[in-house]
Amino acid sequence: MFKTLTMTVNGREVSIPVDERESLADTLRNRLGLTSVKKGCEVGECGACTVLIDGEAFDTCIYLSLWAEGRSILTVEGLKSPTGELNPVQQAFIDEAATQCGFCTPGLIMSAVEIVGTGKRYSREELRKLISGHLCRCTGYDSILNALERVVEQTYKHVGHEGEAPGPAGHA
Amino acid sequence: MGVRDSIKRVDAYEKVTGAAKYTADLMPAGALVAKVVRSTIANGKVVQFDLSEALAVPGVVKIFTCFDVPDIEFATAGHPYVLDKAKGDVYDRRLLNERVRVYGDDIAAVVAVDEVAAARAARLVKVEYEEYAPILSVEAALAPDAMPLHPGVRDTNLLGQSSYRIGEGTYEEAKHSEPGLVEVTGEYGTQTVQHCHMETPQSYAYMENDRIVVVTSTQIPHIVRRVVGQALGIPWARVRVIKPYIGGGFGNKQDVLYEPLNAFLTQQLGGRLVKLELTREETMACTRVRHAIHAKVKALARPDGTLIARKLEAYSDQGGYASHGHSICANCVTMFKQLYHDQRVTEGDGYTAYTNHATAGAMRAYGIPQSDFITECLMEDLADKLGMDPLELRLKNCMPQGYVDPSTGIHAYSNGIRECVAKGRALFGWDEKRARYAHETGDIRRGVGFAMFDYKTGVYPISLEVSNCRMFMNEDGSVSLQMGATEIGQGADTVFTQMAAETVGLTEGNVHIVSTQDTDVSPFDLGAYGSRQTYVCGMAVKRTGEILKGKVLDYASYKLKKPAEELDTEADWVVRRAGREKLLPIADLALEAQYSRDRAERLFAEASIDCHENTISTGCTFAEVEVDIPMGRVTVLRILNVHDSGILINPKLAEGQVHGGISMGLGYALSEELLYDEKGRPRNDNLLDYKLPTAMDQPDLEAAFVELCDPSGPFGNKALGEPPTISPAPAIRNAVLQATGVHFNTLPLSPQKLVEGFVQAGLIKEVGPNV
Amino acid sequence: MYDIEKFYQARSVADAVRALRADERAIVIAGGSDVLIEIRDGKLAGCSLVSIHGLAELEGVERTAEGEIVIRAGTSFSRIANDPILLRTVPMLAYAADQVGGPQIRNIGTIGGNVCNGVTSADSASSLWALNATLELTGGEGTRLVPIREFYTGPGKTVRRHDEILTAIRIARADYEGFGGCYLKYGKRNAMEIATLGCAAMVRLTPDQKAIAELRLAYGVAAPTPMRCTATEEAVRGAAITPELLDRIAQGALNEVKPRSSWRASREFRLQLVSEMSRRAVRQAIVNAGGEADV
Repeated sequence: MFKTLTMTVNGREVSIPVDERESLADTLRNRLGLTSVKKGCEVGECGACTVLIDGEAFDTCIYLSLWAEGRSILTVEGLKSPTGELNPVQQAFIDEAATQCGFCTPGLIMSAVEIVGTGKRYSREELRKLISGHLCRCTGYDSILNALERVVEQTYKHVGHEGEAPGPAGHA
Repeated sequence: MGVRDSIKRVDAYEKVTGAAKYTADLMPAGALVAKVVRSTIANGKVVQFDLSEALAVPGVVKIFTCFDVPDIEFATAGHPYVLDKAKGDVYDRRLLNERVRVYGDDIAAVVAVDEVAAARAARLVKVEYEEYAPILSVEAALAPDAMPLHPGVRDTNLLGQSSYRIGEGTYEEAKHSEPGLVEVTGEYGTQTVQHCHMETPQSYAYMENDRIVVVTSTQIPHIVRRVVGQALGIPWARVRVIKPYIGGGFGNKQDVLYEPLNAFLTQQLGGRLVKLELTREETMACTRVRHAIHAKVKALARPDGTLIARKLEAYSDQGGYASHGHSICANCVTMFKQLYHDQRVTEGDGYTAYTNHATAGAMRAYGIPQSDFITECLMEDLADKLGMDPLELRLKNCMPQGYVDPSTGIHAYSNGIRECVAKGRALFGWDEKRARYAHETGDIRRGVGFAMFDYKTGVYPISLEVSNCRMFMNEDGSVSLQMGATEIGQGADTVFTQMAAETVGLTEGNVHIVSTQDTDVSPFDLGAYGSRQTYVCGMAVKRTGEILKGKVLDYASYKLKKPAEELDTEADWVVRRAGREKLLPIADLALEAQYSRDRAERLFAEASIDCHENTISTGCTFAEVEVDIPMGRVTVLRILNVHDSGILINPKLAEGQVHGGISMGLGYALSEELLYDEKGRPRNDNLLDYKLPTAMDQPDLEAAFVELCDPSGPFGNKALGEPPTISPAPAIRNAVLQATGVHFNTLPLSPQKLVEGFVQAGLIKEVGPNV
Repeated sequence: MYDIEKFYQARSVADAVRALRADERAIVIAGGSDVLIEIRDGKLAGCSLVSIHGLAELEGVERTAEGEIVIRAGTSFSRIANDPILLRTVPMLAYAADQVGGPQIRNIGTIGGNVCNGVTSADSASSLWALNATLELTGGEGTRLVPIREFYTGPGKTVRRHDEILTAIRIARADYEGFGGCYLKYGKRNAMEIATLGCAAMVRLTPDQKAIAELRLAYGVAAPTPMRCTATEEAVRGAAITPELLDRIAQGALNEVKPRSSWRASREFRLQLVSEMSRRAVRQAIVNAGGEADV
């Protein structure tokens, strides 16, 4: 059965018909054309479909679209500034060669945006845990951790001390 | 600028912004959905179907069964076509198979309007089988009374066999050739693993102008086109294959997987758009896996460590269909003789047998991780027996300078294995750690281990090596670069861009590579495999670039009225060869060349390479582990790979290849294994139960290089894509040996296996309830 | 797209109970990280769902005036792992919640779903057993409280009735105050893992901190359902902390557990883990209770 779903996606409110059987990954990809949301396993194991829902990372393959009613969704397509500058996380992924085949990249970037958004400093070991819901077969995670360290450090220097979380980066 | 520079990936921006489109991202809306109906037995025959319930599911368009497909057998390996069919790949499967040889074999296909209807109908297809006992080991497959699985192509289950004896006499004779020889014998085995590229195989197909268009996630678009043509029995150019960005392949997509079936379905449905997307479970159970190889080996050495003779017998589990077949086992057996030199004789025998396991195919380093585990366990156990430092034993016997493989003629034009060992030894602090961990006691122990390897570059002379490249200069002086070779994540587009810039004399920003391959447009190439692309396809870029540069200089000569020999190009300028004085921006030249009323000329070039060269890459791994004996847990504390891959075109991307390879090697060593039950059904065909390392399962990965210029490489370069995954597993196994004194001879070193080994070795007291 | 025949998003617990009573086929879905996977698998294909996802009345943690901890069943693992009340009172449970899957799974998975699944490998279950948690079930007949030891009836089976929703998990003050606890999870990986074995130990020491006043030792995957080693717990009541004590506890646990061989792990391997993890968990629990384990 189709229902109307109203949510905010990348800063804009949308109201669209969705089949109640759809996952949020289906809806974002097929109805809104947000194909950065990749499907790698469809059971919440690989993290390729990760987006931020109200600022927290979720696997959208195991998230029914109707649950997103009234919520705010952020995908990689929503990260660039209105004038087109890359989010610092995206830039760090480029600079550290943290993308190879690129399939896990958008999901990892979204987790990274959540991590960076806390404004906290993390050790490399803590960062490993914070991205442990993503599988990457190309990089061995090293370059991804390098990118995260770089941008976490930049952000920490920029926004100051712990506890003053500025919320997820981007304009959601 | 140019080669040897860590420029940013040319596709990075697209990939971090989500703009990079993969096959599923391009699929037009409204495609019909195809779902493969899979056998629920591993060995048998389909007798008949009852489709009545399945056809009654609303939304089902049509169901095709194994009784509806053309009577054509085809081969799926991503190998070049072989004109002498008898010497080529084995043609042993159809689009859908009546004779079932793997659990989950393709026996029918449902086409429906959406995935729910397709999945429901697939579940409701009723199948009557004639079922046979599954053959689930090489030993069972080669038993004299075993049922041949492919009587049409082989009388027995022995798919392939290869043997060599190099040197003098036999291994057995060598035993008595001199007094005091030390012998080590062992059996070592590797497990079945899967590639686990993050993007599952995806394709969609439709017809246009009476031709079939297949858009697919493949490493080998031109080979896919040929095999689709062969499988459907239509002229090859009636098929057009388009390859967009792909989410990894690692060899699995060096096989023609479901493109032929997808093409058939659109053909049968009047050209309607049909998509065929594999699930993760189908990918793991029903595409390709790495061959499990079990080996019996022996070595004879003098007490000073000089190798006198070695013998290898390798048995490779092919699974249900030939795919890349015996090539993998043959490669395994070949490396055994290359890496070390035996003074007297080296014997190798390899056997590949059909079984009812999942079909094994190409996977990163093509039989060499298996070979290296076998070879390097044997060397370690020999060092252990001789009481020698494992590095010294290896340095004493490893591949000499100027090595030429006596069977293939492959020449090691450069050989940095000794430099790799020296560099790694110092970086890692090998001698100090080896001494420190020499007498570990207690529940938690540490150790270090080592392994080296060699790997060829591309596939010549075993197979054809050809590549083509096309460039044309735009009016702004930039170059559009077209390759048939494919970007699969390894960075090919970036290094081709660097090579083109270097050769033509441009900055990278003025090279625009076309990432997508389209067989209607792209130059012919064999694809991404065999660590061949920077080498073979690099030659094509270089030659094409040189032709184009010649045309640029010729036009410059006309315009500047100076002899071409006095001119050169550099960083977007025509310069004076002597003194490098800037004379003319290439942009101005290009515009004029295109629009001049006196001499208008399109500046373009295309070259075809028929490569008759190969060379050998080498390298090694140093690993430091901590073993928690009572818990059966190995933690890798440090792991360093050192590579001799010639000149690095892009050091940063090279490092990324090494990291990824080490990570894959760590999974191979410790946690990854596809398991099957007694019926041949996969038990863990998903990413929860199949243990791919997460970021929490590995230490920081270390990569180092010795950059010797290889004279045969277009830019002094040689193989790098696959090698990093070869030696981590034996290095880790050998480190566990130093830590605990226990020889674990099969992969992976899983917790239960470790605990069993420690109980057997008396390091753990067996526990249980008091009765 | 999931093969869901019927979907109903409840507006409240009462609404969910009503919907369940109206449809005897209906299944409750909360976070969905298990139910959706079974739908995709085909096991639950064509199902009818009553969703309690996102109900505000099912979220949050509080401490009552009497010191009882009340965890609403729809609270996600990540909330539990970071909840200040739980970190102060039952850090073992917060830690156990932090061992589930990976970050995204901890954001979607709920503690109630983990318990209601009835699986022996649930990361929260052994800690809740050690904590003597009480489960609050709300159904058409009203609300009832079930001690966790009476909740599980077999693998994947619980006493929860079709029309009941697990609304809260309650832990009495006497069941956490004065205890030191430790949860150890054994998985083949360090993340995205189902426990091969889970062990939760809680220790209350005698006032001189030299002996065990009370031990609680619970396991996941050591039997078809989560379990407690009650005989061992009784046997060491009052026992002095000596090197032999850990041996006694380990052997006691080995006598009580009933692990099975499966393709994931053999019975013998699990027994070895039971033995070793009981020592490690109890040792750490003693330390966390303020004692010294290495006497």
